[in-house]
Amino acid sequence: MFALVDCNNFYASCERVFRPALEGRPIVVLSNNDGCVVARSAEAKALGIPMAKPWFKIEAALRGQGVAVFSSNYALYGDLSARVMQTLARFCPRLETYSIDESFLDLSGARGDLAALGLEIARTVKQWTGIPVSVGIGPTKTLAKVANRLAKKGRGPSGPVLDWARLPDPRGTLAGLAPEDVWGISARWGTRLRQLGLGHALALAEADPRRLRQAFGVVVERIGRELAGVPCLPLELVPPPRKQILVSRSFGRRLAALDDLRGAVAAFAARAGEKLRRQPLRAPAVTVFLQTSPFAEAEPFYANGATLVLDRPTRDSGKLMHVAQRALERIFRPGLAYQKAGVLLPDLVPAGVEQGLLFSEQPADDPRTDRLMDCLDALNRRPAHRAVRYASELFGDGWRMRQRHKSPAYTTDWAGLPVVWAH
Amino acid sequence: MPAARQRPVFVRSLRPVAADAPPRILRLYACRVAAGFPSPADDHLEGPLDLNAHLVAHPAATFVVRVAGDSMTGAGIRDGDLLVVDRSREAKSGSIVVAVVDGALTVKRLRVGRREVRLEAENPAYKPIVVREDADFVVWGVVAHAIRSY
Repeated sequence: MFALVDCNNFYASCERVFRPALEGRPIVVLSNNDGCVVARSAEAKALGIPMAKPWFKIEAALRGQGVAVFSSNYALYGDLSARVMQTLARFCPRLETYSIDESFLDLSGARGDLAALGLEIARTVKQWTGIPVSVGIGPTKTLAKVANRLAKKGRGPSGPVLDWARLPDPRGTLAGLAPEDVWGISARWGTRLRQLGLGHALALAEADPRRLRQAFGVVVERIGRELAGVPCLPLELVPPPRKQILVSRSFGRRLAALDDLRGAVAAFAARAGEKLRRQPLRAPAVTVFLQTSPFAEAEPFYANGATLVLDRPTRDSGKLMHVAQRALERIFRPGLAYQKAGVLLPDLVPAGVEQGLLFSEQPADDPRTDRLMDCLDALNRRPAHRAVRYASELFGDGWRMRQRHKSPAYTTDWAGLPVVWAH
Repeated sequence: MPAARQRPVFVRSLRPVAADAPPRILRLYACRVAAGFPSPADDHLEGPLDLNAHLVAHPAATFVVRVAGDSMTGAGIRDGDLLVVDRSREAKSGSIVVAVVDGALTVKRLRVGRREVRLEAENPAYKPIVVREDADFVVWGVVAHAIRSY
């Protein structure tokens, strides 16, 4: 048996923990640089505020509706996410953290009333962390996900929890579920499934698995079996290593000067290096991309990217930054106002499998570089934020994010602690 | 214990080390053995005092907040103090709690009577808040410790 525990409207709920006056008020959270709506409270959804809409396009229409607006506060969301997962681990040590706000639990050892256990989990997480969650329970991960969806819609008999085994009409429920609403089925696959006469989840569950495999491959075959109650997807206790790393931002204001872009690209490459070194991986290449604003109608739109391959895969931020600057020079066009840039490290390879080169301009990472990088990472983990930086990161500062509505880092910064009133 | 360590060790056998075997380092004592007297503290090694372990019983449920105001001075809680709030603790009558009153986080002493729940200040200048059944009132967490810096 599996349970999927999913935080309700997670980012909006995080903002409410320390601002209880926001209970019942519509909340929206904006993406990096206050660009688009990335999260909404239930009240904001009820107002019809769409996801992924540029905020400047809908801001005026929402005046007077009492909408509380926040810039993304990832320090807060990350900390509260870790607290939710720690609380869940007390109930069930076999846990797969699937995303920042979702975890699968393996309940195969649990005895007795699973719905009651689900309620106890939801009650404890809310009391301990302040975050409301929904719990879906099922014999497979896919059905636990369906059960969670129903629990969120208030279809559970006991509050935010729904146990698939107790559903009075499971076949009818699946028959009412569109293929795209099943975990793992893309919109494109949904269209093709319909063309083959498989227009709902029940049809998928009852389809011949061999037919599904022939038409779509093993992924959809497994989803079909899982919907029929046969577990095919085990709990992934260790997350699979990342195959690529992306660091990109929209800029606080648009940038035209090469030096400003150099500063941004250097900082992105350094950050990408930091992320890279959390895993035993090396980067064989660096991609830099940049673009002007797609919304500026008076100006031509320009977007371009360049990938440079390193002679040897590396985990050295210095090398990544050097190559990133060369890639930037290739795609930079003067006279344009850039709105966004990014650094991508594609096709990461495990450390230790790279081939030696007979004639290499660049020396391989030597052990001293490894130690330097470890030292750099250790220093930058300390509270004084980003204590040690490469000089090239200090070129122009205009790329830094616009975050006009950011709440304090209530749980990770002494200067941001919540205030309680004694009066 | 030191007596046992001083017992002489006899070599039972000698064999050649394979050339490709990785070198092994065995650490026998954490301190240097000086003339056969290992430190008597060696068997009692402990880490330094850990304030986190002392103040934070449930890390996932513990939050630090800052006090603004003087209504709790009678309980030894002053303006500017830090409070360690444990949300996993059950609030009982007499607990110092952070409660949500009219949408604001407020620190008070909880009194649960037969007929009513009161949130009391610890300063005669402030009146207690009597919580009626229909009032918007939630215990946010229980105060476990107060921290003051001088």
